[in-house]
Amino acid sequence: MELVSQHVKGIMEECKSRARDHGLKFDEETLEYIVTNRDIIELSPKVMIPTLYDYWVHDVRVLSGKGMYEAYPSNPYETVINTRPAISFYNDNNPDWLNVMIFYHVLAHIDFFQNNLFYKNTWDIDLTGQALSDKRMIAKLRSEKGRWVDYAIEFARGMDNLVGYHKELNRHILSETKHQLTRIDFYFDIFLQKIKNVSHHEYLKEIKRFNENLNGTEDFFDLMISKYPEFEELYRKELIVKQKSDLDIMEYVIRNSPFLKEDENVWIKSVIQIVRNTSLYFQPQIRTKIMNEGWASYWHDYLFMRDNRICGHEVDYAKINAGVTSMPKIGLNPYALGMRLFQHIKDMEDRGCYSFDYSALKDEIGKKKFNKGKNTGADYILKVRENFNDFTFINFFIDQDFVTQHDLFVAGKRFNNSRMSIEYYIKSKQAADYKEMIVKTLYHPPEISVDISRSKNGILYLNHKFEYKPLKIDFIENTMIGIEYLWGGPVHLETSEPSSSGKTATNDANFWDPTSQPGEEKKPEPIKWKRMLYIIENRKLHKQEL
Amino acid sequence: MITLDELLEKDRRREEDGFKRKIRIGRIVKPATGGKEKIIIVPTTVEEKFVHDEINLNQEPGEGEPTGGTGEGEEGDVIGEQPVRPQEGEEGEKGPGEGPGQGEGGDHELESNAYELGKVLSQDFQLPNLKNKGKKRTLARYIYDLTDKNRGVGQILDKKATLKRIVETNITLGNIPDVGDIDPTKFIISPQDLIYRILSREKDFESQALVFFLRDYSGSMSGKVTQTIVSQHVMLYSWLLYQYEKQVETRFILHDTEAKEVSDFYKYYSYKVAGGTKVCTAFKLVNDIVERENLARDYNIYVFHGTDGDDWDKDGKQTIVEIEKMLHYVSRIGITIVEHSYVGSKQTEVEKYLKSSEILTKHSNLLKMDVLDENADDSRIIQGIKKLIS
Repeated sequence: MELVSQHVKGIMEECKSRARDHGLKFDEETLEYIVTNRDIIELSPKVMIPTLYDYWVHDVRVLSGKGMYEAYPSNPYETVINTRPAISFYNDNNPDWLNVMIFYHVLAHIDFFQNNLFYKNTWDIDLTGQALSDKRMIAKLRSEKGRWVDYAIEFARGMDNLVGYHKELNRHILSETKHQLTRIDFYFDIFLQKIKNVSHHEYLKEIKRFNENLNGTEDFFDLMISKYPEFEELYRKELIVKQKSDLDIMEYVIRNSPFLKEDENVWIKSVIQIVRNTSLYFQPQIRTKIMNEGWASYWHDYLFMRDNRICGHEVDYAKINAGVTSMPKIGLNPYALGMRLFQHIKDMEDRGCYSFDYSALKDEIGKKKFNKGKNTGADYILKVRENFNDFTFINFFIDQDFVTQHDLFVAGKRFNNSRMSIEYYIKSKQAADYKEMIVKTLYHPPEISVDISRSKNGILYLNHKFEYKPLKIDFIENTMIGIEYLWGGPVHLETSEPSSSGKTATNDANFWDPTSQPGEEKKPEPIKWKRMLYIIENRKLHKQEL
Repeated sequence: MITLDELLEKDRRREEDGFKRKIRIGRIVKPATGGKEKIIIVPTTVEEKFVHDEINLNQEPGEGEPTGGTGEGEEGDVIGEQPVRPQEGEEGEKGPGEGPGQGEGGDHELESNAYELGKVLSQDFQLPNLKNKGKKRTLARYIYDLTDKNRGVGQILDKKATLKRIVETNITLGNIPDVGDIDPTKFIISPQDLIYRILSREKDFESQALVFFLRDYSGSMSGKVTQTIVSQHVMLYSWLLYQYEKQVETRFILHDTEAKEVSDFYKYYSYKVAGGTKVCTAFKLVNDIVERENLARDYNIYVFHGTDGDDWDKDGKQTIVEIEKMLHYVSRIGITIVEHSYVGSKQTEVEKYLKSSEILTKHSNLLKMDVLDENADDSRIIQGIKKLIS
């Protein structure tokens, strides 16, 4: 691993100043390294963080990565990590013109990391430094505890997709505005409406009384407390509950596990904490893939096409750019989709299409010709990159205009019995369907939290929120064994499973057998759900219906 | 950097600590031109967590997950198709296989890496050696013969060849004015004209073991069942390669309602599920091949068959006939039935008819059956191999 040459660094600095002219914002300092393919294979299981702690799963990945490379040698043009200063890796000394393009791409990534609000929880951490101290800590523990450190890491990682990322992010944003649940909010939002269930009339009366008393809130509460003497107590309780229910499973285990309270096990807490922090750090990246890649592709295209250094390399660029950003006939390419969507948003906003007038238009020709000449698209997409994540980005901006313009469709797959083949067909060209299909591919871990009221008698009771999706059953046992180990007692998991709708297994198996009864027309039955309870105790899994 | 052996050693220790093993041996298939594929052995592992799963109540391979696409066409238009039965030599057939690992088409040069896997298996997993089972013979024999010719030096002078050579040389030199009247005393003889026979090592290809791998790839086989069978067959194959130093001959047969032979292991393990199930077709094809090529005379024949136990021939009438025919010449038939988890405690059709026909007990020395669950882990699969070759 070595820094790029002074000449190449010069190109980078030149790119920075041009990118800034178009509104991108990023720190002054960046680091660029040339790495070998071997480095990349060894780094990628550690999410490219050179200082991440050692763990055998990473070693397994490195070995299989080497095998993979032997079979399919391929080199990424660049990899950027979200650190301060931002570090980017390049696989070789590229020709200058290509570096210009790649650097624009990288700078847009850095801009995204440093401006998108979903990354706020990562802005104040020096990740490489933090990771290095974690790595040393784990190495030290390993020298004392041996392979039990690896079990602790394994079991902690078994929960690390359930971290309360949104709550954590909320904390970061709220701590800035110092926003807390005030007495007044509690009184009007929760106390009156949910606890007392007062009538509209009475509610409005209280608001009126509050407004009249604006100059002296003390008087307002004095009167109220004589009416509701229990108020103060309820308010205090609410604050505690809110604080408590904010804990995700990992935090809850760290704070409450009887096993971890024992002196000889306290060290495990720090391991869980390290795993949790690492996971939190990468959460925004997983949730902004389409945007982040789209943003970088948008800008390398936009900036490089306007850069005189492209002269003489237009064809080379077209080739490389097409390789990265072309839309596949079947399948998804986040680079391509995100880039086109940013281009689309800019164009729509330039024409003033995000307006009532446009949405009221019914005819296609009118829509096509619509142009208010606002030309505010450039600023608008900067705001989008600041305030959206993949879900909101897709959900808000994919519209029929976009789907039609790029000939997008949802591709279905079905088995054709007479031709003995699998057919791919155009299932839908509706924006709503396309949107739904993309949304389904987005990262969405299950929402599982500790049910405090039921976690009694040494039991940890986990509740999986029903979202019309079952858990992967094969993984339940080992995951729960891990949690049981860290908790030091039985663990219960409540979840939902689809129940097979009356059809027996043999019927399914005989789908291929024409000699069994001729298949009656299959009508899609609505799936019935049942609530299941998984119990792990002494590493034995039981299951019962609720 | 940690080695594969160290990782496996660590993994073995998990059992002592009361946890399940986590490392599986995976395979990556490297395609190459000219029909030479390479299989690279890598470890794989899954980090288990609570994650969402697809709702999958029916096993049919009907509608797959929808994905995105771009291009012209109207709703309902078919934009492409992919045959489910393999077509030999067809370019399009390149989907990733059911086997663990990933890869695309190609051919078959299962060399050092599968060999490595075999080594791992026979050392680390303590499989019994075939040799100990009374099949002690070298599969390749070297014979020494005076077949090669060499100019200048050697063991025996080849007089006829030497004389011919000398005459040629002398004609070239113009030393023989009249070919009708040759005077040998006037010959000019160069040392390079002397032609000797030398003793050389000849490999006599006498591979005596021939292994047929049979796999059910019918529609019901999709998913884990196939992965399990393929895992087992990959291990068997790798191990045979190691044990017999690559001298084992192998043939590969896939079947649904028809059986077909495929040319190499890659095709064998990568082809995806097709139509219905007739187990007898595969056994019949083996019988035909053996008869046609007169293989029974020269080879120890082993047949390994993997299925999920479904068969349209429900009482196995045709299958049993073929198996009995086969029992006349084979050294071992090993049938692996991998049960879908929804089968529960019921027996599958193949299991039922094999048991009721009593050929399992009558020919217990020649025919072995192993029934395992689709979720079987590597150690269970290896145990299965032990049973099949015991």
